[in-house]
Amino acid sequence: MKITKETVLYVADLAHLELQEAEVETYRNQLDQILTYVEKLNELDTRQVDPLAQIAVAGADPATRWRDDRTRACEVAAEALAAAPDARAPYFRVPKVIEREP
Amino acid sequence: MTGEAKPTAAGVRADLAAKKISARELTGKYYARIERENPHWNAFLALSPDRAFAQADRIDRLVARGEELPPLAGLPLAVKDVLATRGVPTTCGSRILENYRPPYDATAVERLEQAGAIVLGKTNCDEFAMGSSNENSAYGPVRNPAAPDRVPGGSSGGSAAAVAAGLAVAALGTDTGGSVRQPGAFCGIPALMPTYGRVSRYGLIAFASSLDRVGPMATTVGDVAALLGAIAGQDPRDATSAPVPVPHYTKELSQPISGLRIGVPNEYFGEGMDAEVRKKVEAGIALLEGLGCRRVALEMPHTDYAIATYYLIATAEASSNLARYDGVRYGLRIPADTLAGMYRKTRGAGFGPEVKRRIMLGTYALSTGYYEAYYLKAQKARALIARDFQQAFEKADLLVTPTSPVPAFRLGERTADPLAMYLADIYTVTGSLAGVPGISVPCGRTGLGLPVGLQIFGPHFGESRVLQLAHAFERAGGASL
Repeated sequence: MKITKETVLYVADLAHLELQEAEVETYRNQLDQILTYVEKLNELDTRQVDPLAQIAVAGADPATRWRDDRTRACEVAAEALAAAPDARAPYFRVPKVIEREP
Repeated sequence: MTGEAKPTAAGVRADLAAKKISARELTGKYYARIERENPHWNAFLALSPDRAFAQADRIDRLVARGEELPPLAGLPLAVKDVLATRGVPTTCGSRILENYRPPYDATAVERLEQAGAIVLGKTNCDEFAMGSSNENSAYGPVRNPAAPDRVPGGSSGGSAAAVAAGLAVAALGTDTGGSVRQPGAFCGIPALMPTYGRVSRYGLIAFASSLDRVGPMATTVGDVAALLGAIAGQDPRDATSAPVPVPHYTKELSQPISGLRIGVPNEYFGEGMDAEVRKKVEAGIALLEGLGCRRVALEMPHTDYAIATYYLIATAEASSNLARYDGVRYGLRIPADTLAGMYRKTRGAGFGPEVKRRIMLGTYALSTGYYEAYYLKAQKARALIARDFQQAFEKADLLVTPTSPVPAFRLGERTADPLAMYLADIYTVTGSLAGVPGISVPCGRTGLGLPVGLQIFGPHFGESRVLQLAHAFERAGGASL
């Protein structure tokens, strides 16, 4: 068993997910199975292999193309705010944050 | 649709030009059919009649003035609900975006409207495109028009079902690990994943940014080519869209395929493959050989590592992309006394089980102490899988494989075992990781009448060749093998 109940709760906390009690054991079991399966990658000798993060085709490598950095007016601010659960233009409102959360 | 000619973009345009029907009448006809039949299929989640009829009237004015009609004039189009549509609900199949109406359009949607298409509405999908059966939608599963007790595939299941059921003539889907091709195969329609960088993702709500692509689904390969021609090309609003010239896919469609070397990788015909699927795909390859293609046996030795690689990379990227759903700027908010409490409650209530599972898997793979063992290792395995493709395309012009090891399965049959569901993505995730284009094209049916898909991969930006082979296959009767 690679994944304990504590690991599930730790990862859920990192990901800001509130889990129901019943979900914890289901996810523990499923994540354990999946992580056991992906261990098969350890069969591969990758010491001489560079990681591939992004497909970059000749002449089309996104990392080498930059657009001009120009400012433009935001024309959809009102519509964007209208989609928020709680807004007071030009701000989004959230519960009061005074002290850092522990 | 059995018994009647398949509606196509070219057919719609010709009917409008000949004034056999107006765009407004045609749009009304499709809405009437959707109203009647969609409750059974659950393919559409939202309709956009104001927008559709306004566009139809624009087309009808062109007809009245005797002007040249744009290539997709009047085309009744369905759009997967992960693509942003201004003022029209865009939920990603998730409760967390239940009432969200974006203030902008995805580039692919905008370009299809410029080409004359009529957006009928938004289609059902697995939540945030995470799934292979459409059963992960918060708004209920979709039924497969080819077999109503079975899944349509996923995640673009609503788009595939809408086209297969005749509720739209074409659709946009998105493909991260097979989500355009596999539902295309399950529902019996051609469906293309273009090269990474071929089509702008602006307005595609992100799942896994190094993998996500927008792709067309239609009743014929010719229509797939026409839609691709309209949406392809660089977009200043998506830095990953490539400055590579766009060929005239439709004009090039009928170029000869005789003499093409078609690579058949051994690893795509291994254990776990349904016997009837194997038989149909073998018959499909024989059909291509009969058309003058040369079969080349190949090995792609890292294929067996693709599922593990894909599910680490895709979930890691998803855990980062989905951090934005925090109840602040859009969508659901569950109030709490503290900000962190609000995040946790909102996300806990707003995301469904598969999305939570993937966020946790991705968070774990990226967490301190595990990053190198999982995420970095997967990126190295990805390089090996991409190298397999590179080497294969030195020996072959195109690769031919099954799209899925199994035909459409029964609703509810596989939901209890997420890993088993992941393993069935084996033939599609490889091309996703390598960034190459791939199409699924109908390749006969099983004894129960379930459609089988033949997948054709091409090299980067080789869509034209892929479409040519698929078109020749379709014309030679591939669908009725």
